Amino acid sequence: MEKIIAHSGIGVPLPQNNIDTDQIIPAVYLKRVTRTGFEDALFAAWRRDENFVLNQEPYRNGSVLVAGPDFGTGSSREHAVWALKDYGFKAVISSRFADIFRGNAGKQGLVAAQVAQPDVELLWKELENHPGTEITVDLENRLVSCGAISVPFEIDDYTRWRLMEGLDDIGLTLQQESDIEAYERTRQGFKPKTLPART
Amino acid sequence: MIDRQKPQTLAEKVWADHIVRRGERTGGTQEPDLLYIDLHLLHEVTSPQAFEGLRLADRKLRRPDLTIATEDHNTPTLEIDKPIADPTSRTQIETLRRNCAEFGVRLHSLGDKEQGIVHVVGPQLGLTQPGMTVVCGDSHTSTHGAFGALAMGIGTSEVEHVMATQTLSLKPFKTMAINVEGTLKPGVTSKDIILAVIAKIGTGGGQGYVLEYRGSAIRALSMDARMTICNMSIEAGARAGMIAPDQTTYDYIEGRPHAPTGAEWDAAVEYWESLKTDDEASFDAEVHIDADELEPFVTWGTNPGQGVSLSGRVPAPEDFEDEGDQQSCERALKYMNLVAGTPMKEIPVDTVFLGSCTNSRMEDLRAAAEIIHGRKKADSVRMIVVPGSARVRLEAEAEGLDRVFKEFGAEWRFAGCSMCLGMNPDQLAPGERCASTSNRNFEGRQGKGGRTHLVSPLVAAATAIRGTLSSPSDLPPIATAAQAA
Repeated sequence: MEKIIAHSGIGVPLPQNNIDTDQIIPAVYLKRVTRTGFEDALFAAWRRDENFVLNQEPYRNGSVLVAGPDFGTGSSREHAVWALKDYGFKAVISSRFADIFRGNAGKQGLVAAQVAQPDVELLWKELENHPGTEITVDLENRLVSCGAISVPFEIDDYTRWRLMEGLDDIGLTLQQESDIEAYERTRQGFKPKTLPART
Repeated sequence: MIDRQKPQTLAEKVWADHIVRRGERTGGTQEPDLLYIDLHLLHEVTSPQAFEGLRLADRKLRRPDLTIATEDHNTPTLEIDKPIADPTSRTQIETLRRNCAEFGVRLHSLGDKEQGIVHVVGPQLGLTQPGMTVVCGDSHTSTHGAFGALAMGIGTSEVEHVMATQTLSLKPFKTMAINVEGTLKPGVTSKDIILAVIAKIGTGGGQGYVLEYRGSAIRALSMDARMTICNMSIEAGARAGMIAPDQTTYDYIEGRPHAPTGAEWDAAVEYWESLKTDDEASFDAEVHIDADELEPFVTWGTNPGQGVSLSGRVPAPEDFEDEGDQQSCERALKYMNLVAGTPMKEIPVDTVFLGSCTNSRMEDLRAAAEIIHGRKKADSVRMIVVPGSARVRLEAEAEGLDRVFKEFGAEWRFAGCSMCLGMNPDQLAPGERCASTSNRNFEGRQGKGGRTHLVSPLVAAATAIRGTLSSPSDLPPIATAAQAA
């Protein structure tokens, strides 16, 4: 995974609550078996509307999304993160993220920066008044800056560390294989196994 | 296995019993705990990229004997003996079959009598048991919490992590008690409980929490009904939902294909008995619901928190205090093509969908069949009945439920996720309005432009008869109905 210390890019305001994963990527796009190539699927239904923010300059080339609270609710589809990343987003800012989305984002190198709602509104105002303004998401100092605004964001320590180091989760866990084996020796015998199959 | 001295909640006990390695809390940095996973469920949509990841890194699937796969999201519910028409759906199914063969994973394919929705298949095989950790690349994995398991939906990166390590790194959660005391009125179901809970705490209200449903109204529910409640925990934003195991749970599990037997059964029950939340344990948050007051519940908007009693009216934006909620309401009314103030019961629907991992089990089908038996479907409505698994379908047919549905004028389909999500041929047309026993009323969820009202199986059945959103209590007695016809 690529290391991220800080990212700067055009901010895209999406002032709407409860942007669920069916909006981020409709189910019909989940049929692919690859991990990339989802850029066309991002907000597919909304992008049919020419007034949608991503259909407008300069937001078309944005890389920092600033959304309303409860971003990424609903389905566990990691495709939502892949679609955001494939489109070019490096960070999403919201005052509240759905848990599964936040977890998926951290694993794929998309920064989910939690910013207090009044500060999110400041960012929206700034982007509205000065379209095309860049937002910097600074993981090292946990700061989001945009024009004259500089506000803190929350991200859990572990995810921040992994993002900044660009670490692969599975590789990290496999270093603990002896702990896994030790645990397996203590598992209760009555726990079910799927094999051999009984029906 | 663990120190039971300190009072703990059910969720904390299950968590503690699965810690492979406790995350260190040094220097202000909190590492997550590494937890062992007892059961990993797979389906065709969220697994291909995980299998591909294993192959690319030359890793093995660590425990095929704790893994099981089924085909559900993409599968058609008609003509299942023919090749899947949509080429991308077919590719996804074929990819799952190839991957399962390569990595030695047990797979129940379309046409197999154990095939079905992944969250119906696990419990019915007896693979879901109390005190287990269960994961699946599907948010409705919370369903399995009905057995007192800690069951979570995960993303594809985590699916790959579990495949490779049989563990997950997880941050500790907070606990919330949902106390439901009292007795449900006739016609009120566990679906109405959970819709009322979500309307009360909101779609984000459960974020960071594991919910535990407790109280006399929960204890009185069957396993099928408990699964409906836990299934929709995710719609309140919760990590998981759980119900402490009791005799109802044991009775359900006993004798199922993968249930323990003999001395192992006794050992299992002894352990399961220890899982209840201790009397002295405290929750980080508590919510109280009075079961006696609940009425059939239905959604009017485009998220599961936008619901009202069926006897209520479509709200107006100004009914909400929060500006964000006002905007959401306005947007939802526009999408749903509803006028504020309209009585819910006057809303006509085009389609009734009885199915999904929320409400497609025997009890759901029986409850709906009992309502429609001897009555006639409204001509303006199409009704689709989709059993949750091939086994549920067989059992229902053995009881003659298929005939009741067919005589009523409903379509009796093969098992799968069907119209719950727009991934297979069963979809709403743009503008079509549906009373659906599924779990999500998001924009476009059941098909582009489709409009969804979430309801219980009883409301679904009554709605199919009257043609507008209705509860069984709105139906005339059968004799009268026959005379009128």
